[in-house]
Order: sequence, then structure tokens, then C-alpha cells
Amino acid sequence: MTPQTENLYSTREPIFPKRVYGSFRNLKWAIMAVTLGVYYLVPWLRWDRGPNLPDQAVLVDLANRRFYFFWIEIWPHEFYFVAGLLIMAGLGLFLFTSALGRVWCGYACPQTVWTDLFILVERWIEGDRNARIRLHRAKWSTRKVTLRLLKWGAWAIIGVATGGAWVFYFADAPTLANQFLTLTAPSVAWITVAILTATTFVFGGFMREQVCIYMCPWPRIQGAMMDDSTLTVAYRDWRGEPRGKARDATAGDCVDCNACVAVCPMGIDIRDGQQMECITCALCIDACDDIMGKLGRDRGLIDYLALSDAPAEQAGQKPRPIWAHILRPRTILYSVIWAGFGFAMMYALFIRPEIEMTVAPIRNPTFVTLSDGSIRNLYEVRLRNKHGEARQFGIHVSGDPTLRIDVEGTPFETITAAPDATHKLRVYVTTHGQSNAAQAEETPIRFWIEDFGNGDRAAVDTIFNGTGDLR
Amino acid sequence: MDEPRVDDLTGRPTMGHEFDGIEELNTPMPRWWLWTFYLTIIWGIGYTIAFPAWPMISGATKGLLGYSTRGEVSADIAAHEASNAALVADLNAVDLTEFDPQSDLHRYAVARGASVFRAQCSQCHGSGAAGAVGYPNLLDNDWLWGGSLDEIAYSVRHGIRNETDFDAHYSEMPAFGDILAREEIETLVNFLPSLAHADWDSAGGVLFADNCASCHGARGLGDRSLGAPNLADAIWLYGGDRESLRMTLINARFGVMPAWGQRLTEEDVRAVSTYVHSLGGGE
Repeated sequence: MTPQTENLYSTREPIFPKRVYGSFRNLKWAIMAVTLGVYYLVPWLRWDRGPNLPDQAVLVDLANRRFYFFWIEIWPHEFYFVAGLLIMAGLGLFLFTSALGRVWCGYACPQTVWTDLFILVERWIEGDRNARIRLHRAKWSTRKVTLRLLKWGAWAIIGVATGGAWVFYFADAPTLANQFLTLTAPSVAWITVAILTATTFVFGGFMREQVCIYMCPWPRIQGAMMDDSTLTVAYRDWRGEPRGKARDATAGDCVDCNACVAVCPMGIDIRDGQQMECITCALCIDACDDIMGKLGRDRGLIDYLALSDAPAEQAGQKPRPIWAHILRPRTILYSVIWAGFGFAMMYALFIRPEIEMTVAPIRNPTFVTLSDGSIRNLYEVRLRNKHGEARQFGIHVSGDPTLRIDVEGTPFETITAAPDATHKLRVYVTTHGQSNAAQAEETPIRFWIEDFGNGDRAAVDTIFNGTGDLR
Repeated sequence: MDEPRVDDLTGRPTMGHEFDGIEELNTPMPRWWLWTFYLTIIWGIGYTIAFPAWPMISGATKGLLGYSTRGEVSADIAAHEASNAALVADLNAVDLTEFDPQSDLHRYAVARGASVFRAQCSQCHGSGAAGAVGYPNLLDNDWLWGGSLDEIAYSVRHGIRNETDFDAHYSEMPAFGDILAREEIETLVNFLPSLAHADWDSAGGVLFADNCASCHGARGLGDRSLGAPNLADAIWLYGGDRESLRMTLINARFGVMPAWGQRLTEEDVRAVSTYVHSLGGGE
């Protein structure tokens, strides 16, 4: 072969993965069913939160700045829960990659799952590998056009469903579905569906392995996550080589049937060793095990193996059990950090109060002298009522017996906080001019609120500013 | 440079260069990458035709879509004002003596008034409305010309001691430096700070009754119809120390405020008055 330096760009070699049967394929079907099921169906789950709140179980309500997840309701100032979840997702990815290599890529990544679904549809319409290769090479005919249009149509329907499901997470699903059917949905919903339909159609139908190889940063990052004890899909070359016919007693176990290459969705030969393109989907294991079974040989010519296993097995030692690969200081450390974040967030979630109060002393000016010499401070008080109904609160202040409290706009010390909303108040605290609080520079005080309904209390410490004449 | 060759281990061609024994395999980019690159160039050209982009001698090309950020802001403002039109009409119709502080319209007026205040009033009265020496504090409960909402609105609309509005509040304190002897002024300076517990038969009390009581009242409690300050309370607009009192008595004071009814719309006058009334001193 002569080097082809004049070819600066390479054209994509089409890949026609063959149908394969086996335990890993079944596992992937199961994971596909669960992940796609969760994705498409979750927006339709209902969850009763009372009359004033949406009844969608999982809803990102951007307009009202609320995130609902079953019984949990996240307000914007609690965004750290989302940050915590992202940290946990990252650590989880580290954990799984250090133990099992690119298990995320091979089983759960949306690109893999949707590509798998698209290939399934492709096979239903155009047939298995050989039929697809023939169709690919055939000249354009009525049959080819029909099959292509059928396939693209089916892909487009999946794409629309994918984009459609996405927007249901951001609005009431039945309402929005009705709006789509009556062509009254907001334009942002149509645009989002259109973009996601296009990306699903192109990435799942045509880009496939190109997304993993050229577009995704994760394959390049995760090299740092793996080590020589990480389980990846590998070929036992010391058992398989030299390749030869099944009847040849001098040859290894590999009969060079190419089954592992035919089923590979990435279009590689796993017998060349671990390579960047491999997403460890394990379909080649199923394919090879099938052939080995037919030949009456041990399964596992291609198998989940760690780099460190190769020399040990070649030396005739027993292979290390799977738990020894998975339970290592590194993975245990990842698990501990991951669980630590999880427990911390659970704790933060359970100690969340139903009512929150913040008090901001107004410092422009710090105090006001009234005509009778009294000193008055102003506070901006915010009550976050996380209940689904309005609540009545009493508000009090403690710290100096001379302090009086007045709520702007009402003669009463009773506040009605609207349901699921932040109630903003301006609160005056006044003391007569001869009191300690009036003459001191600062006096620590405490605001109290009490729910008249259930006796819930909340308190915030703050400062009362005086004239500072008392020194 | 060496010639490109085929790498033994991978069977793939090399780039032909070598650095300290390290060679580079020839791994060409996919062709769709190139097409994507061309597509971005075409998109970029189309974008600069559709939107304002190319700098010219004066200004830049306008773009076929006629988009401008300034136009977008104007449209947003117009849409905002259109959506507020009903509230503005209600605000202009509401009776200021019976403005419900719990109503949505009141909240709107306060919010609108706050922005008017920051733009027009804060230069003298301060961004927090705490005033300064000579510029009344609008947070306290001491009012020169009245602290009810309609009285505040009158002061805002017509102003104080200006020459542009005949309905402006007007009063003028004489400069007592030309009327009283210096000893008499010193007597008053000593008398004024303790007005709440004063001996009205003292020399100071007599001087007060003769010269000050006609405007400030027999007991110095002030007269809002004249804008005469209450001298018995804890608040001194121009300072309550002896030197300040002396300067006030000798030279008098003459605080001026513009007639905002001539500069602001009716709804802004009403809004800013409502805002000031809501600051804690409103009556």
C-alpha cells in the first residue's frame, strides 16, 4: 500500500451492523426500553400538589422559576441542589469509567441508545447487514427509493417524538400536546421540537459513530479515568492467535469468521486491540460467544478484560474475579465522595423549612430621626411561603424591650403570605430617643414570625442601628 | 524530511515528519467536517447580509432584515407602555385622598414612583430619600407643607418658592440680622434648642413671641399653611447647633423646589408622590 498523502479528508465508510443475539444484546435492549420509556413517559406522570400548583410530576417551570420533581420543589435560590446533582453525575461517570471503562458510552449514552433504535428500524425496513449492503450498492430503483423514504419517514417520526418529549418537561404536557394538535403552541416550542427533530434525525441516522469519534469530548477525557485494572472489551489474542480454520489443530481459537467485525456499530475490529473508537457495547462478545458455542469451544475469546489480566492469564494464573476489578481503592474513593454528596443533599433537603425569611436592613440611611426624637430603622423582609395555600403569620421583634414594630401599609402585625410565592414587606422598627437601642451604635435584634395555623416559627438575627451617641 | 511511509504497527500511512524518533500517523479529518466548515462560511456571509455588519465610512450596513438593538429596545418600551396603559389611566383617575395602600394600583404607583424618584429627586433628596442639610428628609414624619398624599402631590406638582408656577408654595422668612440686635439674636439662639420645655416669660420667650410666633406659632409648633417648620421637634432642616441657628436667624433660609408638574407627566407626579408618601412618614 502506498501512502495517500494527497487525500486530506476521508469520506465516511458506511457501517452495516449485523443482528446479534446474546446476553449483552438483551441487556442493551432492556436498558434501551427503560431509558427511552423514562424519557418519553415521565412528562405524563401526574402528581397532586393542591389547587394552586401544577400537577405534573416532573416539570421545569421556567416562566414561574420553579422546578418540580415529585414531592420536591426547588426554588431558584436552591439551585445548589442542581449543582450537587451535576457533581454527583460527574463523579458517577468517574466511578463507572474507572471500574468498567466506557460503560456509559456503550449502554446508556443517548447517542448510543437512539442509534441502536435507528439501526433497529433500519433493519426492520431494509433487512439485515447483507441486504442493507446490497441495497446500498444497488442503483436507484423504485424499491430502493420506497425503502429509503420509509426508513427516513420512520426516523423522522422518532425524531419528532424525541423533540416533542423534551418540550413536555418545560410545560404542562397535556395542555402543550393539545396546543400542538390545534397548532396553537408557542413558537419557542415549535422551534425546540424542530431543532431536536433535526439533530435526532441526523445524529441517529447519518452521523452515528462520527459523533462519538469526532464530536464528543468524553472518549478523550476518560482515558484519564481508566487504568490497567479497568474492565474493557478485549480480545484474548494469546488464545485466538494464530487465526486459522476450525479443523486446523495448530491454529488458535479464532476462526477469523469476522462475526465480531460485522456486528460492530463503530466499524472496528476489536482484535486490533483497545482503540479510541470502541464504545465497549460488548456486542462483539455476544457474536464471538455464539460462534465459539457452535464450535464447542469455551466462550470468552472476546470478553470484558483488564489490561493487567493479560500477562497473568498468559502465565497460566486464574483470572481475577470481577469484584476484584471493581472494588479497588480508587472506585471506593469515588463511591464514598459520590455518596457523601448524596447524603449531604438528602440532609439539606429534609431540613428545608416550609417557610423561609430573609431580613435586609436598609442602610440608606441607616436610621431616621422622627419629630419626637424617636429612632426608626427600616427592614426589607421576604417571606417565602412554600405551601400550596395562603398562610397567616404574626411578626415580632425581640432584642430590646423598647422596640416597636410596624408593617408598611397595614396597622396590624399580621401578614398573609400568598401560596407558593415570596411575600415582600417593609417593616419599621422604632424606639424612643432615650433608649439604649436608640443611642447605641448597633443593637443585635431578632425577627420572629409565627404561623397562626400550625405554630411554625422562623427567626432571623439582624442589627438595629442607633445614633451612636452613647459611647 | 523523510518520505511518508506505512507504519508497521498500525498499517497506516505516516505524515512523513519525525521528531526525536516520534512520527505522526496520517489521520485525515472526515469530509463532513470540511463541508460543515464551508457551511459556516456561507452562513456567516448570509448573516452579515441579513443583519447589520459591515463597517462603512459612516455607520454600518443596515442588513436586509432591518434589525437593530435600539429598535428592539424602543419596541420593548412601546409594548411595555401599551401594557401599562390601563394602569396609567387608573392612576390618573384615582382620588389621591382615598388611595388604598393594599391595592395593586398602589403597588404599581410606588414602583413607578421609585424610578421617577431616582431619576428626578435623588439629586437633592438623596437616593434613599434621607435628604441632606437644607433638603428635607422624606422618610421622617415631619412635613413642612403637609404629609398627606394629596398635599405631597401638590408640593411635587407646583413646587416650592419657584418663579415658574404661580401656585407654588410660597413663604419667606425675614433676615433677622437686619431687624434684631446681635444680643437679641444670641438670646434666641440660646432659647430655641429647648423650646419643648421653654420658659415663655424669659427674655427669649418674649423675643420669640414678638418676632417668631406669628409664623411658627405661639409654642413654636410651626404652621404648615406657611411652610413654617415646627421648632419644638427633634428635626432641624438646616441644623440645630448654635452656629447653624445663628446663621439661619441672621440670613434667613429660602429653600426652592421646581414645579414638577411642568416637567413630568401627570401619572409620574402621582406615582412619585405615592412613592414618597409610602416611605414611612406619610400621613
